[in-house]
Amino acid sequence: MLTKRVIPCMDVKDGRVVKGVNFVNLRDAGDPIELAQRYDEQKADEVIFLDITATSDDRATTIELASRASEELHLPYCVGGGFRTVADMRRMIAAGADKVSVNSAAIANPELLTLAAAAFGTQAVVCAIDAKAVAGNPNKWEVYVAGGRKATGIDAVEWAVEAARRGAGEILLTSMDRDGSRDGFDCHLTRTIARAVDIPVIASGGVGSIEHFAEGVLEGEADAVLAASVFHFGELTVREVKEYMRAQGIPVRL
Amino acid sequence: MIAVVDYHKGNLKSVERGLVGVGGNALITDDPAVIARADGVVLPGVGAFADAAATMRELGQDVVVRDAIARGVPFLGICLGMHLMFEEGEEGEVVTGEDEDPLRPQGLAVLPGVVARLPRLDVAGNAYKIPHVGWNSIEFSEGPLFDGISQGEFFYFTHSFAAPDTPATIATTTHSVTFPSAVCYGERAFGVQFHPEKSSDAGARMLRNFVRIVGA
Repeated sequence: MLTKRVIPCMDVKDGRVVKGVNFVNLRDAGDPIELAQRYDEQKADEVIFLDITATSDDRATTIELASRASEELHLPYCVGGGFRTVADMRRMIAAGADKVSVNSAAIANPELLTLAAAAFGTQAVVCAIDAKAVAGNPNKWEVYVAGGRKATGIDAVEWAVEAARRGAGEILLTSMDRDGSRDGFDCHLTRTIARAVDIPVIASGGVGSIEHFAEGVLEGEADAVLAASVFHFGELTVREVKEYMRAQGIPVRL
Repeated sequence: MIAVVDYHKGNLKSVERGLVGVGGNALITDDPAVIARADGVVLPGVGAFADAAATMRELGQDVVVRDAIARGVPFLGICLGMHLMFEEGEEGEVVTGEDEDPLRPQGLAVLPGVVARLPRLDVAGNAYKIPHVGWNSIEFSEGPLFDGISQGEFFYFTHSFAAPDTPATIATTTHSVTFPSAVCYGERAFGVQFHPEKSSDAGARMLRNFVRIVGA
């Protein structure tokens, strides 16, 4: 039986791990590869490196990181942040990334997902969606871009369906309302999108306690759950989280 | 020396490092002459069936890999590398007409059958997410490739297509259907649907077993 994944996410700036609290305050949490190896020992199912400096043209540091990761990590990893073109993604895949995640660029040019899927296979293409609840409508979420700063007017559920149709192999879904809040995933949002698409959905944004991981799967119907600071600062280990999830009846690899 | 066959579709460092990490003498190469004299051959899984098969033919790799397998040289096909052991793949097929069979890309045809898309529904009509991405368990029949690995051990999968069930099946995994997660042709040519190089300790154990088979 396919297990539910637990994915530590590392925000990377200048080759170092940082965690943005509401995307603003950054704290240094160390070397991304060392951290990823620690998570591998704890039975993390994969890791995501999110390049938060990646709006600039110079991605050399991140490509170097992807290259080092392909040599030193023995688990799958995804790199995201700032891809504009298939050529950008190709450089990262060529460096060894198993998957690339695109966000703003896919909104600006949805064809990018189709082209990337044709070039690398759908399994290598993750569409990241930052969604925020629309005031006054409990069943509607709007897509935000530019690190959550810019509203697009696009409906998150419709966009997820289109992204899947165009070739995304997974949706990395972040609730802007919950991100950094420690209040738990937006399970309503996650479940709505998980039911709307036939590709895996990774729930992100809001984890503050061990219970939240199980809620993301049981209530959010997510295929994978992502967290950052609770892992980076040692509040919880991936192993503890998976043991808890297993106790709740969720299939996990331990 | 174990040749890691480079058919120009992606990064093979993790496979090479995986083999080196367990004591293998691995070399990434696209040269048919190097592949022809290797003590072991690994065909990694990157890219798509039609594309990879075409490049292998262009570079003259298909002939030497088939020949190595026929000579009993230890072989390990990973993911797409396993798919390529079969006759044909649905991935990249061209539909020519309603009543005609689609034109399908040809594999190495070491094993019979067509590599087909995983169905979205199981027999009971339950929906499954495709691609099949993540860690799933394998049930295997004992053999040297599984030495030290427990029944039900988890490996990392990422694929939308699966090999046909044949007498070559030595391990199975279930998603929407039960499909072959490992195959064996003869004594020493193996194919695995999952990625041992991405499967942490269990994957390293399997790569070590393969390196031992090469050394034996």
